[in-house]
Amino acid sequence: MRAALHAEWTKLRTVRGWVVALAVAAVAVVGLGLLAGGQGSCGRNGPQSECVLPVGPGGQEVTDSFTFVHRSLTGDGSITVRLNGLTGVLPRKPGPGGPADSTGPQVAEGDPGDGEPGLAPWAKGGLIVKDGTRPGSTYAAIMLTGAHGVRMQHDYVHDRAGPPVPATTARWLRLTRAGQTITGQESPDGTAWTTVGTVRLPGLPATAQVGAFATSPQYTWVAGGGRGVGGVTGGPSQATATFDSLGLQGTAPDPAWMRTLVGGGAPGQPEEVGAGFRVAGSGDIAPAVAGISGIGTTISQTLIGTFAGLILVVVVATMTMTAEYRRGMIRTTVAAVPRRGRVLLAKAVVLGGTAFGLGVPAAAVVIFVGQRMLRDRGVYVHPASTATEVRLVVGTGLLLAGAAVLALALGTVLRRGFTAVVAGIVVVVLPYLLAMSVLPAEPAQWLLRVTPAAAFALQQSAVSHPQVDHFPIPVNGYFPLSPWAGLAVLAGWTALTLGLAVLSLRRRDV
Amino acid sequence: MRRALHAEWTKLRTTPGTGLLLLTVVAATVGIGVLASAVTDCRAGGCTVDLAKVSLTGVQLGQAVVAVLAVQVIGAEYSTGMIHLSLTAVPRRLTVLAAKALVLTAVVTTAAAAGVAGSLLAADRLLPLAVTDAAVLRAAAGSVLYLVLVGLLALGVTTAVRNPGAAAGLVLGLLYLFPLIGLATTDPDFRRHLDQIGPMAAGLAVQATTGLDSVAVSPWRGLAVLGAWAAAALLAGGLLIRLRDA
Repeated sequence: MRAALHAEWTKLRTVRGWVVALAVAAVAVVGLGLLAGGQGSCGRNGPQSECVLPVGPGGQEVTDSFTFVHRSLTGDGSITVRLNGLTGVLPRKPGPGGPADSTGPQVAEGDPGDGEPGLAPWAKGGLIVKDGTRPGSTYAAIMLTGAHGVRMQHDYVHDRAGPPVPATTARWLRLTRAGQTITGQESPDGTAWTTVGTVRLPGLPATAQVGAFATSPQYTWVAGGGRGVGGVTGGPSQATATFDSLGLQGTAPDPAWMRTLVGGGAPGQPEEVGAGFRVAGSGDIAPAVAGISGIGTTISQTLIGTFAGLILVVVVATMTMTAEYRRGMIRTTVAAVPRRGRVLLAKAVVLGGTAFGLGVPAAAVVIFVGQRMLRDRGVYVHPASTATEVRLVVGTGLLLAGAAVLALALGTVLRRGFTAVVAGIVVVVLPYLLAMSVLPAEPAQWLLRVTPAAAFALQQSAVSHPQVDHFPIPVNGYFPLSPWAGLAVLAGWTALTLGLAVLSLRRRDV
Repeated sequence: MRRALHAEWTKLRTTPGTGLLLLTVVAATVGIGVLASAVTDCRAGGCTVDLAKVSLTGVQLGQAVVAVLAVQVIGAEYSTGMIHLSLTAVPRRLTVLAAKALVLTAVVTTAAAAGVAGSLLAADRLLPLAVTDAAVLRAAAGSVLYLVLVGLLALGVTTAVRNPGAAAGLVLGLLYLFPLIGLATTDPDFRRHLDQIGPMAAGLAVQATTGLDSVAVSPWRGLAVLGAWAAAALLAGGLLIRLRDA
């Protein structure tokens, strides 16, 4: 086996065209990654223009903007209110005369204005206890939502479901603080209380802000159109919560209620809270997501050069086999190593290893340098954890290696260079391209589940959260399979084709 | 020239796989087109998408098969050594290339027309699309021309590169890479430029029937961009086949 490996390595290394093509593949991964970023406006227009999202207690980026009618509470205490349902405004629905076919999502800025009545599924209204009014600070809240019933949420990523009542019902809500423990309760009548959740907020100071809030996230209409992103329009929505019977028990240092737009930048205004009051808000209290209702780009997009690299690697990998047939070299090869399966295995190891060895450093440069370059050019890039970055780097290497071995196997089965190259590109690159550009979400997800292109899931860096309404579809950077499951699909196809290749190499005359 | 044409026609006609590839062009174009039309639901909220474009989605897969066919037309001669014989029989090398281009144009036009017509017939049943609309007919005729130009581009590239595998990789790379980079870029101006110069994005502009005032490049001009790519490839191929040893 060692001799076979050595022979295959020598063949690969001594064909100048192949070495050049592989070098170009690595350069393309790096070059396209660094060039294709474009320009952004973050930090370009003075010190106020930096794009910075608030960071939550867990270190993740969050969205934190809502309307807050609040008062400070020192030490233990509780707040109770009756919430008489939510109403809301959604952005205008696109009609047949609406925006025509476009290449990007159309998300309007600002408030919903003359939208139509309706509630976003994750519109929220209820009670919250929070460390001040700074976006990103620790909090716990009990709320009624647009379509997900009563929920108890804290610190942006944690979500617990209460009874699934509709948003139009009147519901009593209560938050009780005892030290750092917050208990959320709800009741249909104000006498029989059910605990929805008890959470610990280690970062909550002695004096916290408590009160009523309302907010409603970006809403997206998916029109009946076919195209991946073109049939989607949306914008901000608004929710109005109607409260009464607000009761606060405990030590409240400042006597007045305040109304603050958290995340809005303006200072709060004193508020007269009578028997009943309304709170209308727009925004969200949730982890930040990339995609249509989010901002910026993800580090995955710096890896776009992988395609150029992939095509070149597929071509070289195919040719290491088809060139042998073309030149008759295969006879010498199998004469030297009569166990034909071994020949193929040696080729697979050499090619896979080379592709991996060129993909990993190239991806590492793109991820670590490219990210910085994009930020310098004012593009907002969602930060990813080091583990994710490492997975992207190693994953790119594995993707190239898997595609190389698949192409080698195709080349062995088909024996004709161009047929094998086209087959390799069509099964690996085309599904991805179709899924990302023309296909609607369902067929796109199906393609990225069953074809070798599933392995692109290795390059996903966007994180999905069930309590945020967004579209976890391929165009937004969400793959239907988990990274390693995606790799397994590619590995499965590769193993299957390689098995076929071994069989046909053994059975056929050379 | 007539003899060269006859020779090329005979070669193409008798090569196993030509008929299958042409059928695949039709099947891929119609199949993906029908699929895209079928999943496009216009009842809820109306259609905000370009229906002509949706119904002709299959061209994006059909072009890969056209490229394969075009690569094979001359690439197979290089890999089998048949090219020596061809050039001995017709020593004027440009005549050989021109004959190949003409024969290729003829067969691709036939297959592409069948594929595009099939896609439109399906769309007529599945979508609220006025098939006889002038813009839709332009999109259809343009799609046929698009496929022919992709074929000529592939023929030129293969003549220049000579290795069919490398040529197939190069052609598909040229076609699919520009839109992929466009998907990744966040800069709208950069994306617009890519759409203006990329052979696939610019060429497929000929399928646009709505929102014509916001497209990166107008339909016929976009097809002309692809034409320029094809012409450049044929020119490079023509020069190299003349200057180089076979």
